[in-house]
Amino acid sequence: MARTIVITSGKGGVGKTTTAAAVGMGLALRGNRTVVIDFDVGLRNLDLIMGCERRVVYDFVNVINGEARLNQALIRDKRCEDLYILPASQTKEKEALTKEGVGQIIHELSEHYDYIVCDSPAGIEHGAYMAMYYADDAVVVTNPEVSSVRDSDRMLGILSSKSKRAENDEEPVREFLLLTRYNPARVEAGEMLSVGDVQEILALDLLGVIPESTAVLNASNSGIPVVLDQNSEAGQAYADVVGRYLGEDLPHRFLEVQKKGLFDRLFGG
Amino acid sequence: MSLLDYFRSKQKKGSASLAKERLQILVAHERAERNKPSYLRDLQNELLQVVRKYVQVDDQAISVQLEQEGNQEILELNITLPEQRS
Repeated sequence: MARTIVITSGKGGVGKTTTAAAVGMGLALRGNRTVVIDFDVGLRNLDLIMGCERRVVYDFVNVINGEARLNQALIRDKRCEDLYILPASQTKEKEALTKEGVGQIIHELSEHYDYIVCDSPAGIEHGAYMAMYYADDAVVVTNPEVSSVRDSDRMLGILSSKSKRAENDEEPVREFLLLTRYNPARVEAGEMLSVGDVQEILALDLLGVIPESTAVLNASNSGIPVVLDQNSEAGQAYADVVGRYLGEDLPHRFLEVQKKGLFDRLFGG
Repeated sequence: MSLLDYFRSKQKKGSASLAKERLQILVAHERAERNKPSYLRDLQNELLQVVRKYVQVDDQAISVQLEQEGNQEILELNITLPEQRS
């Protein structure tokens, strides 16, 4: 029986797809059979971030409509044999994702996989509802910035009232905060909300903090999930996130400004 | 951060604390809205009808608030009666 994780946020551009790719890869690297599903019908992008855009033949909507079998639409990652991607449709309407259709696919996948990672589209419309509806766990990706924090809180309200678990009065969806694009220097200067501030406002368990890093753009440029770049802080932070999700007790890293030498302090750098 | 920035940064407080303050107020308000029971609007309408049997008041004259104080919830009902004309 698989665990279904939704990567959500409300606001766009905060790093949902980057996170879905990194967490999916991170889980699979530890030997968990993992599938990452792109729910952004019409604006497919997970394939590009994962570097399999040229291997897409069939998609999620084709499977729901019975135009292809699930196995024909799933793309196996070339770097990690336990990782699969189910791409979104680029042409269909987002209403093509029916509750029954999505439920059927998640049910089928859960018999063969350990983790199903659902990459939610931005906003709170149909696609975002479908992505979170069947979730057991939710990773709420948030930037330390007012509109992102507000939208995350809105998403928390939706998770606690509109998910399948909420509707059926089951144990609620486990919600985690993932703070991305964190800049410790700006936090220290009082220009950016700190991780403590955001946690206090949202009252969520902290899954991790991903520092603002050039490695993230480099990774998406090359179609390589950033967790594979273990020389980068962002890559290491994502690896920690996966460990923590799996129950490891790891200290949060990269929250402080790296101390500079006297020369840098005097002349900037 | 250069030496000059070091002195400059001591002078003004950053905007992060303002962001936090604004968000705390907003999020608390939005959560309260969200957690309101759905019958509150119906309750308000029905109360208005009852009051109107006896006194002519307008739609804005009645307000129903639900507040949380510790473990207890307080349903606060406010009806502004029109001024007596003599």
